[in-house]
Amino acid sequence: MRIAVCVKHVPEGPSRIDAQTLRLDRSGEGALNHFDANAVEEALRLKGDSDTEVVAVSLGPQQALDSLRKALAMGADRAVLVSDDAAAGSDLVATSRLLAAALEREEADLVLFGQQASDADGAVLWAAVAERLGRPVVSQVMELSVDGGSVRVKRQTEFGYDTLEAPLPAVVAVSDAINEPRYPSLKGIMGAKKKPQDVLSLADVGIEAGQAGEAGSRTTVLALGDPPARGDARKIEGDADAAQAIVDFLAEKRLL
Amino acid sequence: MRFLVFAEHHEDGFVKNSLGVLSKAAALGDVDAVVVGAGADLAARLGKHGAKNVHVASGDDSLTPPLPQPRVDVLAQLAPEYDAVLFGQSVLAADVAAGLAARLDAGLNWDLVDLELRPAQDGAAELVGKRPALQDSVYVDVGWTSSPRIALFRSGSFDPQESGGEAETREVEVELRDFSTRTTMVEQAHAEAEGKSIEDADVIVAGGRGLGSPDNFTLAEELAKALGGAVGATRAVVDAGWYPYSAQIGQTGKTVSPKLYVALGISGAIQHKVGMQSSGTIVAINKDANAPIFEFSDLGVVGDVHEIVPKLTELVRARKG
Repeated sequence: MRIAVCVKHVPEGPSRIDAQTLRLDRSGEGALNHFDANAVEEALRLKGDSDTEVVAVSLGPQQALDSLRKALAMGADRAVLVSDDAAAGSDLVATSRLLAAALEREEADLVLFGQQASDADGAVLWAAVAERLGRPVVSQVMELSVDGGSVRVKRQTEFGYDTLEAPLPAVVAVSDAINEPRYPSLKGIMGAKKKPQDVLSLADVGIEAGQAGEAGSRTTVLALGDPPARGDARKIEGDADAAQAIVDFLAEKRLL
Repeated sequence: MRFLVFAEHHEDGFVKNSLGVLSKAAALGDVDAVVVGAGADLAARLGKHGAKNVHVASGDDSLTPPLPQPRVDVLAQLAPEYDAVLFGQSVLAADVAAGLAARLDAGLNWDLVDLELRPAQDGAAELVGKRPALQDSVYVDVGWTSSPRIALFRSGSFDPQESGGEAETREVEVELRDFSTRTTMVEQAHAEAEGKSIEDADVIVAGGRGLGSPDNFTLAEELAKALGGAVGATRAVVDAGWYPYSAQIGQTGKTVSPKLYVALGISGAIQHKVGMQSSGTIVAINKDANAPIFEFSDLGVVGDVHEIVPKLTELVRARKG
Protein backbone atom coordinates (compact mmCIF):
# COMPACT_ATOMS: atom_id res chain seq x y z
CA MET A 1 0.00 0.00 0.00
CA ARG A 2 1.07 3.59 -0.54
CA ILE A 3 -0.04 6.45 1.69
CA ALA A 4 0.48 10.06 0.63
CA VAL A 5 0.39 12.64 3.43
CA CYS A 6 -0.16 16.25 2.41
CA VAL A 7 1.74 18.70 4.60
CA LYS A 8 2.13 22.48 4.68
CA HIS A 9 5.07 24.64 5.65
CA VAL A 10 3.65 27.54 7.68
CA PRO A 11 5.27 30.70 9.07
CA GLU A 12 6.46 30.36 12.65
CA GLY A 13 5.96 33.07 15.23
CA PRO A 14 4.12 36.33 14.59
CA SER A 15 2.92 36.55 10.99
CA ARG A 16 2.21 39.54 8.80
CA ILE A 17 0.48 40.18 5.52
CA ASP A 18 2.61 42.02 2.98
CA ALA A 19 0.91 45.36 2.24
CA GLN A 20 2.13 45.30 -1.39
CA THR A 21 1.25 41.77 -2.48
CA LEU A 22 -1.59 41.36 0.08
CA ARG A 23 -0.20 37.87 0.65
CA LEU A 24 1.00 36.24 3.83
CA ASP A 25 4.71 36.97 4.27
CA ARG A 26 6.40 33.59 4.00
CA SER A 27 9.99 34.84 4.00
CA GLY A 28 10.72 34.21 7.68
CA GLU A 29 11.21 31.03 9.68
CA GLY A 30 8.70 28.31 9.07
CA ALA A 31 7.69 24.94 10.44
CA LEU A 32 5.52 21.94 9.69
CA ASN A 33 1.86 22.89 10.25
CA HIS A 34 1.29 21.16 13.57
CA PHE A 35 -2.09 19.75 12.52
CA ASP A 36 -0.29 17.92 9.70
CA ALA A 37 1.92 16.11 12.22
CA ASN A 38 -1.21 14.17 13.23
CA ALA A 39 -1.66 13.05 9.62
CA VAL A 40 1.99 11.98 9.36
CA GLU A 41 1.70 10.10 12.65
CA GLU A 42 -1.45 8.30 11.49
CA ALA A 43 0.24 7.24 8.25
CA LEU A 44 3.18 5.87 10.24
CA ARG A 45 0.84 4.06 12.61
CA LEU A 46 -0.97 2.45 9.66
CA LYS A 47 2.38 1.52 8.13
CA GLY A 48 3.69 -0.12 11.30
CA ASP A 49 6.20 -2.80 10.29
CA SER A 50 4.58 -3.43 6.90
CA ASP A 51 6.07 -2.59 3.52
CA THR A 52 3.60 0.27 3.09
CA GLU A 53 5.30 3.35 1.68
CA VAL A 54 4.59 6.74 3.24
CA VAL A 55 5.17 9.73 0.94
CA ALA A 56 5.01 13.29 2.29
CA VAL A 57 3.79 15.75 -0.35
CA SER A 58 3.90 19.53 -0.14
CA LEU A 59 3.38 22.60 -2.26
CA GLY A 60 5.33 25.74 -1.40
CA PRO A 61 8.60 27.62 -1.53
CA GLN A 62 11.96 25.81 -1.32
CA GLN A 63 11.97 26.30 2.47
CA ALA A 64 9.07 23.85 2.63
CA LEU A 65 11.73 21.14 2.35
CA ASP A 66 12.37 21.80 6.07
CA SER A 67 8.87 20.64 6.90
CA LEU A 68 9.10 17.67 4.56
CA ARG A 69 12.34 16.67 6.31
CA LYS A 70 10.51 16.79 9.62
CA ALA A 71 8.00 14.31 8.17
CA LEU A 72 10.90 12.16 6.96
CA ALA A 73 12.54 12.39 10.39
CA MET A 74 9.31 11.16 11.96
CA GLY A 75 9.48 8.13 9.66
CA ALA A 76 8.05 8.94 6.22
CA ASP A 77 9.92 7.18 3.40
CA ARG A 78 10.04 9.81 0.70
CA ALA A 79 9.22 13.46 0.09
CA VAL A 80 7.84 15.35 -2.89
CA LEU A 81 7.77 19.15 -3.09
CA VAL A 82 6.08 21.04 -5.89
CA SER A 83 7.82 24.40 -5.92
CA ASP A 84 7.52 27.02 -8.59
CA ASP A 85 7.48 30.82 -8.53
CA ALA A 86 4.44 30.72 -10.80
CA ALA A 87 2.50 28.87 -8.06
CA ALA A 88 2.81 31.66 -5.47
CA GLY A 89 -0.51 33.22 -4.51
CA SER A 90 -2.57 30.18 -5.52
CA ASP A 91 -6.06 30.07 -3.98
CA LEU A 92 -8.11 26.92 -3.30
CA VAL A 93 -8.99 26.34 -6.96
CA ALA A 94 -5.36 26.59 -8.08
CA THR A 95 -3.83 24.84 -5.05
CA SER A 96 -6.16 21.86 -5.30
CA ARG A 97 -5.37 21.60 -9.02
CA LEU A 98 -1.60 21.50 -8.39
CA LEU A 99 -1.79 19.17 -5.43
CA ALA A 100 -4.12 16.77 -7.24
CA ALA A 101 -1.70 16.71 -10.19
CA ALA A 102 1.19 15.84 -7.87
CA LEU A 103 -0.90 13.18 -6.13
CA GLU A 104 -1.99 11.60 -9.45
CA ARG A 105 1.68 10.78 -10.07
CA GLU A 106 1.93 8.98 -6.75
CA GLU A 107 -1.09 6.71 -7.29
CA ALA A 108 -1.51 6.48 -3.52
CA ASP A 109 -4.19 4.18 -2.07
CA LEU A 110 -4.81 6.59 0.76
CA VAL A 111 -4.28 10.36 0.85
CA LEU A 112 -4.18 11.92 4.32
CA PHE A 113 -4.62 15.54 5.39
CA GLY A 114 -4.39 17.27 8.80
CA GLN A 115 -7.33 19.10 10.30
CA GLN A 116 -6.50 22.59 9.06
CA ALA A 117 -3.71 24.96 8.13
CA SER A 118 -2.65 27.07 11.08
CA ASP A 119 -1.69 30.05 8.91
CA ALA A 120 -4.77 30.46 6.69
CA ASP A 121 -7.23 28.64 9.00
CA GLY A 122 -8.24 26.73 5.89
CA ALA A 123 -10.03 23.45 6.47
CA VAL A 124 -11.28 22.79 2.97
CA LEU A 125 -8.43 21.57 0.76
CA TRP A 126 -9.06 17.82 1.08
CA ALA A 127 -12.59 18.01 -0.31
CA ALA A 128 -11.39 19.99 -3.32
CA VAL A 129 -8.50 17.59 -3.94
CA ALA A 130 -10.77 14.53 -3.58
CA GLU A 131 -13.15 16.07 -6.11
CA ARG A 132 -10.33 16.55 -8.61
CA LEU A 133 -9.06 13.02 -8.02
CA GLY A 134 -12.60 11.60 -8.23
CA ARG A 135 -12.27 9.81 -4.90
CA PRO A 136 -14.41 9.45 -1.80
CA VAL A 137 -13.53 11.81 1.06
CA VAL A 138 -14.15 11.83 4.81
CA SER A 139 -13.10 14.57 7.24
CA GLN A 140 -12.78 15.18 11.00
CA VAL A 141 -11.66 11.58 11.49
CA MET A 142 -10.74 10.57 15.05
CA GLU A 143 -10.31 6.81 14.47
CA LEU A 144 -9.07 5.21 11.29
CA SER A 145 -8.53 1.62 10.20
CA VAL A 146 -7.74 0.08 6.84
CA ASP A 147 -9.19 -3.33 6.20
CA GLY A 148 -8.65 -5.00 2.87
CA GLY A 149 -9.69 -2.55 0.23
CA SER A 150 -11.50 -0.01 2.37
CA VAL A 151 -11.17 2.48 5.21
CA ARG A 152 -13.46 2.52 8.20
CA VAL A 153 -13.51 5.71 10.25
CA LYS A 154 -15.14 7.21 13.26
CA ARG A 155 -15.56 10.95 13.16
CA GLN A 156 -17.08 13.74 15.16
CA THR A 157 -19.51 16.31 13.76
CA GLU A 158 -21.69 18.99 15.36
CA PHE A 159 -24.31 16.37 16.15
CA GLY A 160 -22.37 13.39 17.46
CA TYR A 161 -20.33 10.54 16.11
CA ASP A 162 -20.49 8.97 12.64
CA THR A 163 -19.00 5.66 11.56
CA LEU A 164 -18.26 5.67 7.84
CA GLU A 165 -16.77 3.32 5.32
CA ALA A 166 -15.19 4.12 1.97
CA PRO A 167 -13.38 1.95 -0.57
CA LEU A 168 -9.77 2.72 -1.44
CA PRO A 169 -8.41 4.78 -3.04
CA ALA A 170 -9.76 7.45 -0.72
CA VAL A 171 -8.95 10.83 0.83
CA VAL A 172 -9.14 11.20 4.63
CA ALA A 173 -8.68 14.34 6.76
CA VAL A 174 -7.84 13.48 10.37
CA SER A 175 -8.61 15.61 13.41
CA ASP A 176 -5.92 16.43 15.95
CA ALA A 177 -7.74 14.19 18.43
CA ILE A 178 -6.69 11.08 16.49
CA ASN A 179 -3.22 10.62 18.00
CA GLU A 180 -0.20 12.20 19.69
CA PRO A 181 2.45 12.81 17.04
CA ARG A 182 5.87 11.37 17.87
CA TYR A 183 8.95 13.53 18.16
CA PRO A 184 11.64 12.69 15.60
CA SER A 185 14.51 10.74 17.16
CA LEU A 186 18.12 11.77 16.57
CA LYS A 187 18.48 8.69 14.39
CA GLY A 188 15.39 9.73 12.47
CA ILE A 189 16.73 13.23 11.93
CA MET A 190 20.07 11.92 10.68
CA GLY A 191 18.39 9.34 8.47
CA ALA A 192 16.03 11.89 6.92
CA LYS A 193 18.84 13.52 4.99
CA LYS A 194 19.44 10.35 3.00
CA LYS A 195 15.82 9.74 2.07
CA PRO A 196 14.64 10.67 -1.46
CA GLN A 197 13.44 14.28 -1.74
CA ASP A 198 12.10 15.29 -5.14
CA VAL A 199 11.50 18.91 -6.03
CA LEU A 200 9.14 19.29 -8.98
CA SER A 201 8.18 22.26 -11.13
CA LEU A 202 4.71 22.96 -12.50
CA ALA A 203 5.80 21.49 -15.82
CA ASP A 204 6.88 18.30 -14.06
CA VAL A 205 3.34 17.75 -12.80
CA GLY A 206 1.79 18.81 -16.11
CA ILE A 207 0.34 22.15 -15.07
CA GLU A 208 0.68 25.28 -17.18
CA ALA A 209 1.66 28.55 -15.52
CA GLY A 210 -1.72 30.10 -16.39
CA GLN A 211 -3.48 27.45 -14.28
CA ALA A 212 -1.45 28.29 -11.18
CA GLY A 213 -0.77 31.26 -8.93
CA GLU A 214 -2.97 34.31 -9.27
CA ALA A 215 -3.65 33.55 -12.93
CA GLY A 216 -5.17 30.21 -12.00
CA SER A 217 -7.06 31.54 -8.98
CA ARG A 218 -10.68 32.65 -8.76
CA THR A 219 -10.55 34.72 -5.58
CA THR A 220 -8.73 37.93 -4.82
CA VAL A 221 -7.68 40.01 -1.84
CA LEU A 222 -8.92 43.59 -2.21
CA ALA A 223 -7.77 45.41 0.92
CA LEU A 224 -6.59 45.03 4.49
CA GLY A 225 -8.38 46.68 7.38
CA ASP A 226 -8.55 46.84 11.15
CA PRO A 227 -10.80 44.50 13.13
CA PRO A 228 -13.78 45.99 14.93
CA ALA A 229 -12.82 47.11 18.43
CA ARG A 230 -13.58 44.51 21.08
CA GLY A 231 -13.80 47.05 23.87
CA ASP A 232 -10.95 47.36 26.29
CA ALA A 233 -9.80 43.89 27.24
CA ARG A 234 -8.42 43.63 30.77
CA LYS A 235 -6.02 41.14 32.30
CA ILE A 236 -5.34 40.58 35.99
CA GLU A 237 -2.89 38.26 37.72
CA GLY A 238 -2.85 36.48 41.05
CA ASP A 239 -5.37 34.48 43.05
CA ALA A 240 -5.93 36.65 46.09
CA ASP A 241 -8.34 39.31 44.86
CA ALA A 242 -9.28 37.70 41.56
CA ALA A 243 -12.74 36.49 42.60
CA GLN A 244 -13.77 39.96 43.80
CA ALA A 245 -12.31 41.54 40.66
CA ILE A 246 -14.40 39.22 38.47
CA VAL A 247 -17.58 40.01 40.41
CA ASP A 248 -16.89 43.75 40.08
CA PHE A 249 -16.32 43.33 36.35
CA LEU A 250 -19.56 41.38 35.88
CA ALA A 251 -21.48 43.94 37.91
CA GLU A 252 -20.05 46.77 35.83
CA LYS A 253 -21.16 44.95 32.65
CA ARG A 254 -24.60 44.37 34.23
CA LEU A 255 -24.19 40.63 33.97
CA LEU A 256 -25.08 39.91 37.59
CA MET B 1 -27.73 39.64 -7.72
CA ARG B 2 -29.08 36.08 -7.42
CA PHE B 3 -28.02 33.98 -4.48
CA LEU B 4 -28.33 30.27 -3.76
CA VAL B 5 -28.03 29.20 -0.11
CA PHE B 6 -27.24 25.66 1.01
CA ALA B 7 -29.82 25.05 3.75
CA GLU B 8 -28.47 22.35 6.04
CA HIS B 9 -30.95 20.41 8.12
CA HIS B 10 -30.60 18.07 11.05
CA GLU B 11 -33.53 15.83 11.86
CA ASP B 12 -36.64 18.01 11.46
CA GLY B 13 -35.11 21.46 11.63
CA PHE B 14 -32.62 23.69 9.88
CA VAL B 15 -29.20 24.51 11.26
CA LYS B 16 -29.29 28.04 12.69
CA ASN B 17 -26.15 29.02 10.77
CA SER B 18 -27.67 28.35 7.38
CA LEU B 19 -30.84 30.26 8.31
CA GLY B 20 -28.66 33.22 9.28
CA VAL B 21 -26.89 33.11 5.91
CA LEU B 22 -30.24 32.81 4.14
CA SER B 23 -31.55 35.92 5.94
CA LYS B 24 -28.39 37.84 5.03
CA ALA B 25 -28.70 36.89 1.36
CA ALA B 26 -32.38 37.92 1.35
CA ALA B 27 -31.31 41.37 2.54
CA LEU B 28 -28.85 41.67 -0.38
CA GLY B 29 -30.88 40.33 -3.30
CA ASP B 30 -33.00 37.51 -4.67
CA VAL B 31 -32.35 34.27 -2.88
CA ASP B 32 -33.23 30.64 -3.50
CA ALA B 33 -32.27 27.74 -1.27
CA VAL B 34 -31.37 24.13 -1.80
CA VAL B 35 -32.28 21.30 0.56
CA VAL B 36 -30.79 17.87 0.06
CA GLY B 37 -32.14 14.69 1.61
CA ALA B 38 -35.32 16.08 3.17
CA GLY B 39 -38.91 16.48 2.04
CA ALA B 40 -40.74 19.44 0.50
CA ASP B 41 -42.66 20.15 3.74
CA LEU B 42 -39.50 20.98 5.59
CA ALA B 43 -38.10 22.87 2.60
CA ALA B 44 -41.17 25.13 2.34
CA ARG B 45 -40.40 26.53 5.80
CA LEU B 46 -37.44 28.41 4.31
CA GLY B 47 -39.85 30.90 2.76
CA LYS B 48 -40.25 32.75 6.01
CA HIS B 49 -36.49 33.36 6.12
CA GLY B 50 -36.52 34.94 2.67
CA ALA B 51 -36.16 32.08 0.15
CA LYS B 52 -38.22 32.54 -3.03
CA ASN B 53 -37.69 29.09 -4.50
CA VAL B 54 -36.37 26.02 -2.76
CA HIS B 55 -34.76 23.25 -4.77
CA VAL B 56 -35.37 19.89 -3.12
CA ALA B 57 -33.27 16.85 -3.91
CA SER B 58 -34.50 13.75 -2.16
CA GLY B 59 -35.10 11.27 -4.94
CA ASP B 60 -32.15 8.99 -4.22
CA ASP B 61 -31.39 7.11 -0.99
CA SER B 62 -27.74 8.12 -1.10
CA LEU B 63 -28.85 11.74 -0.57
CA THR B 64 -30.19 11.00 2.91
CA PRO B 65 -27.06 10.62 5.09
CA PRO B 66 -25.28 13.95 5.67
CA LEU B 67 -22.31 13.27 3.35
CA PRO B 68 -20.76 15.93 1.14
CA GLN B 69 -20.11 14.40 -2.25
CA PRO B 70 -23.68 13.65 -3.42
CA ARG B 71 -24.50 17.23 -2.35
CA VAL B 72 -21.74 18.52 -4.63
CA ASP B 73 -23.50 16.75 -7.51
CA VAL B 74 -26.78 18.48 -6.63
CA LEU B 75 -25.27 21.94 -6.22
CA ALA B 76 -23.10 21.66 -9.33
CA GLN B 77 -26.30 21.31 -11.36
CA LEU B 78 -27.90 24.41 -9.84
CA ALA B 79 -24.98 26.75 -9.17
CA PRO B 80 -24.26 27.98 -12.73
CA GLU B 81 -27.65 29.79 -12.71
CA TYR B 82 -26.62 31.95 -9.75
CA ASP B 83 -24.17 34.77 -9.08
CA ALA B 84 -23.18 33.39 -5.68
CA VAL B 85 -23.61 30.21 -3.62
CA LEU B 86 -23.49 30.70 0.15
CA PHE B 87 -22.82 28.28 3.02
CA GLY B 88 -22.85 28.56 6.83
CA GLN B 89 -19.84 26.83 8.40
CA SER B 90 -20.25 23.20 9.42
CA VAL B 91 -18.26 20.01 8.93
CA LEU B 92 -20.65 19.07 6.10
CA ALA B 93 -20.98 22.51 4.50
CA ALA B 94 -17.22 23.09 4.31
CA ASP B 95 -16.71 19.83 2.43
CA VAL B 96 -19.59 20.56 0.05
CA ALA B 97 -18.37 24.11 -0.63
CA ALA B 98 -14.80 23.00 -1.38
CA GLY B 99 -15.91 20.10 -3.57
CA LEU B 100 -18.18 22.45 -5.51
CA ALA B 101 -15.37 24.98 -5.97
CA ALA B 102 -13.14 22.31 -7.49
CA ARG B 103 -15.93 20.87 -9.67
CA LEU B 104 -16.80 24.27 -11.18
CA ASP B 105 -13.35 25.91 -10.90
CA ALA B 106 -15.19 28.57 -8.91
CA GLY B 107 -13.59 30.75 -6.25
CA LEU B 108 -14.24 29.92 -2.59
CA ASN B 109 -13.66 32.43 0.20
CA TRP B 110 -14.01 30.89 3.66
CA ASP B 111 -14.31 32.02 7.26
CA LEU B 112 -16.17 35.15 6.18
CA VAL B 113 -17.99 37.19 8.81
CA ASP B 114 -19.79 39.60 6.50
CA LEU B 115 -20.81 40.19 2.90
CA GLU B 116 -21.73 43.39 1.08
CA LEU B 117 -22.54 44.73 -2.35
CA ARG B 118 -20.40 47.65 -3.47
CA PRO B 119 -20.91 49.77 -6.56
CA ALA B 120 -18.35 48.74 -9.17
CA GLN B 121 -16.85 50.89 -11.94
CA ASP B 122 -19.11 49.60 -14.71
CA GLY B 123 -22.24 50.49 -12.76
CA ALA B 124 -22.83 46.90 -11.69
CA ALA B 125 -22.45 45.76 -8.10
CA GLU B 126 -19.41 43.97 -6.77
CA LEU B 127 -19.68 41.35 -4.03
CA VAL B 128 -17.13 41.79 -1.24
CA GLY B 129 -16.55 39.44 1.68
CA LYS B 130 -15.00 40.29 5.04
CA ARG B 131 -12.54 37.76 6.41
CA PRO B 132 -10.64 37.97 9.70
CA ALA B 133 -7.04 36.75 9.45
CA LEU B 134 -3.95 36.31 11.64
CA GLN B 135 -5.88 35.48 14.82
CA ASP B 136 -8.50 38.09 13.89
CA SER B 137 -5.93 40.92 14.12
CA VAL B 138 -6.57 41.92 10.49
CA TYR B 139 -9.84 42.12 8.55
CA VAL B 140 -9.35 41.36 4.87
CA ASP B 141 -11.73 42.41 2.08
CA VAL B 142 -11.92 39.55 -0.39
CA GLY B 143 -13.53 39.21 -3.79
CA TRP B 144 -14.11 36.77 -6.62
CA THR B 145 -12.88 36.91 -10.22
CA SER B 146 -15.47 34.59 -11.77
CA SER B 147 -19.04 33.41 -11.29
CA PRO B 148 -20.56 31.69 -9.41
CA ARG B 149 -18.86 33.04 -6.30
CA ILE B 150 -18.75 30.59 -3.40
CA ALA B 151 -18.69 31.79 0.20
CA LEU B 152 -18.47 29.94 3.51
CA PHE B 153 -19.40 31.98 6.60
CA ARG B 154 -18.07 31.65 10.11
CA SER B 155 -20.58 30.32 12.64
CA GLY B 156 -22.78 32.96 14.24
CA SER B 157 -22.05 35.65 11.61
CA PHE B 158 -25.73 36.42 11.02
CA ASP B 159 -28.89 35.99 13.07
CA PRO B 160 -31.81 34.32 11.33
CA GLN B 161 -34.56 36.84 10.49
CA GLU B 162 -38.16 36.06 9.70
CA SER B 163 -39.67 37.96 6.80
CA GLY B 164 -42.82 35.89 6.52
CA GLY B 165 -42.70 35.08 2.81
CA GLU B 166 -43.65 31.85 1.13
CA ALA B 167 -41.37 29.64 -0.90
CA GLU B 168 -42.14 27.51 -3.88
CA THR B 169 -40.50 24.12 -3.82
CA ARG B 170 -39.30 22.26 -6.86
CA GLU B 171 -37.86 18.79 -7.04
CA VAL B 172 -34.42 18.44 -8.63
CA GLU B 173 -33.54 15.45 -10.75
CA VAL B 174 -30.00 14.55 -9.81
CA GLU B 175 -27.37 12.61 -11.65
CA LEU B 176 -24.89 11.29 -9.11
CA ARG B 177 -21.28 10.65 -9.98
CA ASP B 178 -19.96 7.19 -9.34
CA PHE B 179 -17.33 8.28 -6.79
CA SER B 180 -19.80 10.53 -4.98
CA THR B 181 -21.75 7.61 -3.59
CA ARG B 182 -18.90 5.34 -2.52
CA THR B 183 -18.80 6.51 1.10
CA THR B 184 -21.41 4.79 3.24
CA MET B 185 -22.77 5.72 6.64
CA VAL B 186 -22.46 2.69 8.88
CA GLU B 187 -23.77 4.27 12.05
CA GLN B 188 -24.81 7.66 13.37
CA ALA B 189 -24.68 8.10 17.13
CA HIS B 190 -26.33 11.38 17.96
CA ALA B 191 -26.17 12.28 21.60
CA GLU B 192 -28.85 14.76 22.63
CA ALA B 193 -28.61 16.70 25.84
CA GLU B 194 -31.26 16.36 28.48
CA GLY B 195 -33.01 19.54 29.54
CA LYS B 196 -32.13 22.99 28.24
CA SER B 197 -29.60 23.05 25.40
CA ILE B 198 -26.44 25.07 25.96
CA GLU B 199 -27.16 26.78 22.63
CA ASP B 200 -30.03 28.69 24.27
CA ALA B 201 -28.27 29.58 27.54
CA ASP B 202 -27.56 33.24 28.38
CA VAL B 203 -24.65 32.25 30.60
CA ILE B 204 -22.22 29.40 30.01
CA VAL B 205 -19.46 28.22 32.32
CA ALA B 206 -17.14 25.94 30.36
CA GLY B 207 -14.36 23.71 31.62
CA GLY B 208 -11.18 22.46 29.98
CA ARG B 209 -8.19 20.32 30.82
CA GLY B 210 -6.98 22.94 33.28
CA LEU B 211 -9.68 21.79 35.72
CA GLY B 212 -7.33 18.89 36.37
CA SER B 213 -9.79 16.04 36.84
CA PRO B 214 -13.38 15.04 36.01
CA ASP B 215 -14.42 15.58 39.63
CA ASN B 216 -13.42 19.22 39.39
CA PHE B 217 -16.23 19.81 36.91
CA THR B 218 -18.31 20.42 40.03
CA LEU B 219 -16.47 23.78 40.17
CA ALA B 220 -17.98 24.66 36.78
CA GLU B 221 -21.38 23.24 37.74
CA GLU B 222 -21.59 25.18 41.00
CA LEU B 223 -20.58 28.44 39.36
CA ALA B 224 -23.02 27.86 36.48
CA LYS B 225 -25.80 27.24 38.99
CA ALA B 226 -24.98 30.41 40.89
CA LEU B 227 -24.97 32.45 37.66
CA GLY B 228 -28.11 30.76 36.36
CA GLY B 229 -26.30 29.26 33.39
CA ALA B 230 -25.35 26.02 31.70
CA VAL B 231 -22.11 24.00 31.66
CA GLY B 232 -19.98 23.57 28.56
CA ALA B 233 -16.82 21.57 27.86
CA THR B 234 -13.89 21.46 25.43
CA ARG B 235 -13.26 18.61 23.02
CA ALA B 236 -10.19 17.56 25.01
CA VAL B 237 -12.20 16.82 28.16
CA VAL B 238 -15.00 15.16 26.18
CA ASP B 239 -12.43 12.94 24.44
CA ALA B 240 -10.96 12.12 27.86
CA GLY B 241 -14.41 11.08 29.09
CA TRP B 242 -14.67 13.82 31.76
CA TYR B 243 -17.91 15.28 30.43
CA PRO B 244 -20.59 14.27 27.91
CA TYR B 245 -20.38 15.18 24.24
CA SER B 246 -23.69 17.04 24.41
CA ALA B 247 -21.87 19.81 26.33
CA GLN B 248 -19.01 20.10 23.84
CA ILE B 249 -18.42 23.57 22.41
CA GLY B 250 -16.28 24.04 19.32
CA GLN B 251 -15.80 23.23 15.68
CA THR B 252 -17.18 19.71 16.10
CA GLY B 253 -19.60 20.54 18.86
CA LYS B 254 -22.07 23.27 19.67
CA THR B 255 -21.63 26.84 18.51
CA VAL B 256 -22.77 29.20 21.24
CA SER B 257 -23.09 32.95 21.70
CA PRO B 258 -24.30 33.56 25.27
CA LYS B 259 -24.26 37.00 26.90
CA LEU B 260 -21.57 35.74 29.28
CA TYR B 261 -19.01 33.00 28.68
CA VAL B 262 -16.77 31.95 31.55
CA ALA B 263 -13.84 29.73 30.51
CA LEU B 264 -12.21 27.71 33.29
CA GLY B 265 -8.83 26.12 32.54
CA ILE B 266 -9.39 26.40 28.78
CA SER B 267 -6.37 27.20 26.61
CA GLY B 268 -8.45 28.55 23.71
CA ALA B 269 -7.36 26.26 20.87
CA ILE B 270 -8.83 27.15 17.47
CA GLN B 271 -11.19 24.15 17.61
CA HIS B 272 -12.77 25.63 20.75
CA LYS B 273 -12.56 29.28 19.74
CA VAL B 274 -14.69 28.91 16.63
CA GLY B 275 -17.55 27.62 18.78
CA MET B 276 -17.69 30.50 21.27
CA GLN B 277 -15.95 33.56 19.85
CA SER B 278 -19.20 35.42 19.16
CA SER B 279 -20.14 35.36 22.87
CA GLY B 280 -21.04 38.77 24.34
CA THR B 281 -18.57 38.97 27.21
CA ILE B 282 -15.79 36.43 27.70
CA VAL B 283 -14.11 35.88 31.07
CA ALA B 284 -11.21 33.43 31.19
CA ILE B 285 -9.35 31.98 34.15
CA ASN B 286 -6.17 30.08 33.29
CA LYS B 287 -2.87 29.66 35.12
CA ASP B 288 -0.89 29.90 31.87
CA ALA B 289 -0.39 33.62 31.14
CA ASN B 290 0.37 32.77 27.49
CA ALA B 291 -2.84 30.81 26.84
CA PRO B 292 -4.37 31.90 23.51
CA ILE B 293 -7.76 32.39 25.19
CA PHE B 294 -6.51 35.65 26.72
CA GLU B 295 -6.22 37.10 23.20
CA PHE B 296 -10.00 37.09 22.80
CA SER B 297 -11.18 37.51 26.40
CA ASP B 298 -12.73 40.68 27.76
CA LEU B 299 -11.41 39.85 31.21
CA GLY B 300 -8.45 37.53 31.50
CA VAL B 301 -7.45 36.20 34.92
CA VAL B 302 -4.08 34.54 35.24
CA GLY B 303 -4.55 32.31 38.24
CA ASP B 304 -5.56 28.96 39.69
CA VAL B 305 -9.16 27.91 38.98
CA HIS B 306 -9.17 25.75 42.11
CA GLU B 307 -8.45 28.80 44.28
CA ILE B 308 -10.53 31.38 42.48
CA VAL B 309 -13.71 29.58 41.39
CA PRO B 310 -15.03 28.48 44.81
CA LYS B 311 -14.61 32.05 46.11
CA LEU B 312 -16.21 33.45 42.99
CA THR B 313 -19.20 31.11 43.32
CA GLU B 314 -19.64 32.19 46.94
CA LEU B 315 -19.49 35.89 46.05
CA VAL B 316 -21.99 35.47 43.20
CA ARG B 317 -24.38 33.56 45.50
CA ALA B 318 -24.08 36.23 48.18
CA ARG B 319 -24.76 38.96 45.67
CA LYS B 320 -27.77 37.26 44.16
CA GLY B 321 -29.00 36.67 47.71
